[in-house]
Amino acid sequence: MIEALQLEFMQHAFIAAFLASIVCGVIGTFVVVNRIVFISGGIAHAAYGGIGLAFFLGLSPILGILGFSLLVSVVMAAITWKARHRADTIIGVLWALGMALGVILLDLTPGYNVDLMSYLFGSILTVPTSDLWLMLGLTALVVLTVGYFYQGFVSLSYDEEFAQVKGVPVRLLYFLLMAMIALSVVMIIQIVGLILVIALLTIPPYIAERYSRSLLTMMLYSILLNILFTFVGLWISYEFNLTSGASIIMVGGVGFFISFPAWRIRPKRALS
Amino acid sequence: MKQSPDIEVRDLWFSFNGNPVLEGVNLEIYPGDFMAIIGPNGGGKTTLLKLMIGLLKPDRGSVRLLGHPPREVAQRIGYVPQELGPDKGFPISVFDVVLMGRLKGGGGRWRFSKADQTLAREALERIDMWAYRNVRIGELSGGQRQRVFVARALVAEPELLLLDEPMASVDQKGQTDFYALLKDLNETVTIVLVSHDPMVLSSHIKSVACVSKQVYFHNAPEITQEMIKMAYHCPVELISHGPLPHRVLPDHPGEEDD
Repeated sequence: MIEALQLEFMQHAFIAAFLASIVCGVIGTFVVVNRIVFISGGIAHAAYGGIGLAFFLGLSPILGILGFSLLVSVVMAAITWKARHRADTIIGVLWALGMALGVILLDLTPGYNVDLMSYLFGSILTVPTSDLWLMLGLTALVVLTVGYFYQGFVSLSYDEEFAQVKGVPVRLLYFLLMAMIALSVVMIIQIVGLILVIALLTIPPYIAERYSRSLLTMMLYSILLNILFTFVGLWISYEFNLTSGASIIMVGGVGFFISFPAWRIRPKRALS
Repeated sequence: MKQSPDIEVRDLWFSFNGNPVLEGVNLEIYPGDFMAIIGPNGGGKTTLLKLMIGLLKPDRGSVRLLGHPPREVAQRIGYVPQELGPDKGFPISVFDVVLMGRLKGGGGRWRFSKADQTLAREALERIDMWAYRNVRIGELSGGQRQRVFVARALVAEPELLLLDEPMASVDQKGQTDFYALLKDLNETVTIVLVSHDPMVLSSHIKSVACVSKQVYFHNAPEITQEMIKMAYHCPVELISHGPLPHRVLPDHPGEEDD
């Protein structure tokens, strides 16, 4: 493992995993407590349309994904704002439409198509330096935005009506949250691919939720768990020559099931 | 001189998906009042309350709180929303829930100030829940949680307290305590309470509004023949359970204390 860390592509992989862990921990926490896992899955899968569009127009794929998933997230936000908990049919349609659009645009793109599997299942071992800088920028953007609006996001998540009465711009924050889900999707696609995005967004916050008494601690635990899962997954994939994205998710899945018996032996709540 | 009303509803019309919910509502609530909004399910009680605080926009007519449009005085209003079943899993402590009442707008604040935290402490002590400050809100009983929500409303130091079905998940003992708390608060705060519960007509209430598309206001804690006749939907149990506590106020409540 030590010699693996000498390799530049492994260094890049660990940096990318670290940055994605931060973003997934922060955004995944909101995804889990707001019960918008399905919307996040929709945004992630519809992002495939962005890949198709980027290749069709000859643009950088990551910019294609970024632009397209931002667009999809705004559309999803607009559709789900009025009836957040019952818009699942429309989300499902957009989910499938985005993917179909991507496939057709790739069909129409002349010449040899690149390895699309890497977008479906991740390509963490081939992250170029330029993408690392982009990821760093996105991470900073997400962390600063959530930090600035932290109390607003907490109140929106806990009691939207009360937040609205208190003058919190709930609609703006909801759209912002959707846009940040799109940003995190862009980053996670690099790590585990769009098929597996949901796992990194949901498994760590779900485990963390039961041990947390605030969204902030839930985020911090989620970030730590994400780092644990991605690093162990990367190591396993290197040692045993397995697909990195799937290895990471398997580690997360094992952690998920271990967390159930572990929960029984947690310390009882403290009254003070 | 007549005091200006805390809440003034003028010719208010509201419909939902084309179905009329409220038609031509007029209502004035004066400082110091403790009003119960009663009426049948689907009669528009909660809708009226949400229109009052500006969560819903009327089709026609106007609402003024403390002489202003509702959204402009949000900081001076305490609101206790209807409880739709606790989200047991949500990781938030009692103290943080109460601090939410100090929110002003959405951004720019990572933490609440020392002054806000002191107010939250005072609000929790007032409802006897300070010992529970670090407990996750989902671990409380229904009655305890409801009191925390009142503390969250009080922490804004409101002049007007609006509560939507606060008794929904509170047992009998809890209800008695809760009414005692509200009566105590009513010394300084105008209270409007939505309820479908007959017990609401206890001696704490000063006036009643019966909502069933239209609003029938009575400036005493009782249901009149007239109200029953006009709002024939109103819960029959209210009048079938023997003598109701009846108290006629000596004067208009708004004129007593200036």
